[in-house]
Amino acid sequence: MTPFQYSRANDVADAIKQIATDPSAKFIAGGTNLIDLIKYDVEGPSRLIDISHLPLRSVEPTSAGGVLIGAMVPNTDLAYHPLIEGRYPLLSRAILSGASQQLRNMASTGGNLLQRTRCFYYYDTATPCNKREPGSGCSAIDGVNRINAILGTSEACIATHPSDMCVALAALEATVHVTGPAGARIIAFADFHRLPGNTPQRDTNLEPDEIITAIELPPKGFSANYSYLKIRDRLSYAFALVSVAAALELDGDTIKEARLALGGVAHKPWRSTAAEAALLGQRTDATAFAKAADWLLHGAKGYGHNNFKIGLARRAIMRTLDQAARGTPQSNSDKKIR
Amino acid sequence: MARSGAAKRVTRMVTVPEKIPIRLTVNGNRMELTVAPWTTLLDALRDHLDLTGTKKGCDHGQCGACTVLVDGRRINSCLTLAVMKEGAEIITIEGLAHDGELHPLQQAFIDHDAFQCGYCTSGQICSAAGLIAEGKAKTADEIRELMSGNICRCGAYPNIVSAIQQAMERS
Repeated sequence: MTPFQYSRANDVADAIKQIATDPSAKFIAGGTNLIDLIKYDVEGPSRLIDISHLPLRSVEPTSAGGVLIGAMVPNTDLAYHPLIEGRYPLLSRAILSGASQQLRNMASTGGNLLQRTRCFYYYDTATPCNKREPGSGCSAIDGVNRINAILGTSEACIATHPSDMCVALAALEATVHVTGPAGARIIAFADFHRLPGNTPQRDTNLEPDEIITAIELPPKGFSANYSYLKIRDRLSYAFALVSVAAALELDGDTIKEARLALGGVAHKPWRSTAAEAALLGQRTDATAFAKAADWLLHGAKGYGHNNFKIGLARRAIMRTLDQAARGTPQSNSDKKIR
Repeated sequence: MARSGAAKRVTRMVTVPEKIPIRLTVNGNRMELTVAPWTTLLDALRDHLDLTGTKKGCDHGQCGACTVLVDGRRINSCLTLAVMKEGAEIITIEGLAHDGELHPLQQAFIDHDAFQCGYCTSGQICSAAGLIAEGKAKTADEIRELMSGNICRCGAYPNIVSAIQQAMERS
């Protein structure tokens, strides 16, 4: 590893102050992604500012009827928290389908949002990559791109965002609370992550001198009709090829509200207002689900090795919607997809 | 693959940072050591404290061979900086047996022949100790899912699950 300095932040204000004095410093919380990237020489911070001890570890109901999650809450604690398991089981299932229990014990809520892509070429410093080295080119577009994106891509980058938790947070329309030198602001989840465009080096709209302090969940948790289905190369402990978060509000078998988000297919959790609108007032049947899948995958494009993702995603969307409508969410331990 | 422009490597001059003194409680013993900021907990245990029972497998958080318990929770010590664990209580495979008696998981792994080469075993056992403490796994399917962070390239999985079930029944 390239040598770096280490310091500890005492509170949020101290963290912001420390990062402002050294633009090549980085915050470290769980470290599950950053330490790995430093070992591979993809990241080379001059200093790591340890924010893991900041008092941002509570999960509390809000006066608006939602839940406020401190940025330092470990992924495991969040997934098993009674408020989350009870009211937002979609989030709980999504978290527990990602990584391993060891990594979930280490990883923070805020850090989960800031994971870098798992594109092979981003990790391989011997190859060009616009995300790692802006302007050097994209090796994935004509390379081994089986794991890469089919939606929202650009000529500069076809990387995907690797998080499962974020797919559920997108569907639940969470907000991200951040603080920087200019004060605090709240970012809608859909506006937090970016599409690659011409600046794939920027994954999010968080400024380099800002810090995530909390994630807020709105009151609606869709705890009766939801499912998170993750398709991957192994039955556990692998990144998604395609994942689907589906949440429905039903009146009998008529859909009153629908949320749909895809993971593993784009630079950010993928939603489509047209797909969700197409489900409104429809019966929970294959015709409606197929139409929603077509809307959600509108404009999908394969790059050779990943062409299979388009058909896979279509079937996964339909199956997940069916699981949500039946009230039989995908289990994380029983791997059969029913 | 033809590419426009090879990736440039940037060399940045840095002052080599000072080593940092830390205190850890390892297997009940208070330890004081001085480590570089980039020293992982895994390297601190193996190279500074001579506790080589914790294994370095992939060194990237993908295999689980380096699993130890920090303040009672299982984590990958290869992705953990030692300086960030100042004051923490660490349990490694060397700290599981008590008074010459094997930990129930160690005995169960022997009873069920739950390994071949044994390289992943200390990580498997520490991970299983964490799993039992969490209390979330009841069925074999749940054990498999929550032990998925520990890879065994010999493929001793069926016996590992049996061994964990035995230890769970007796704990």
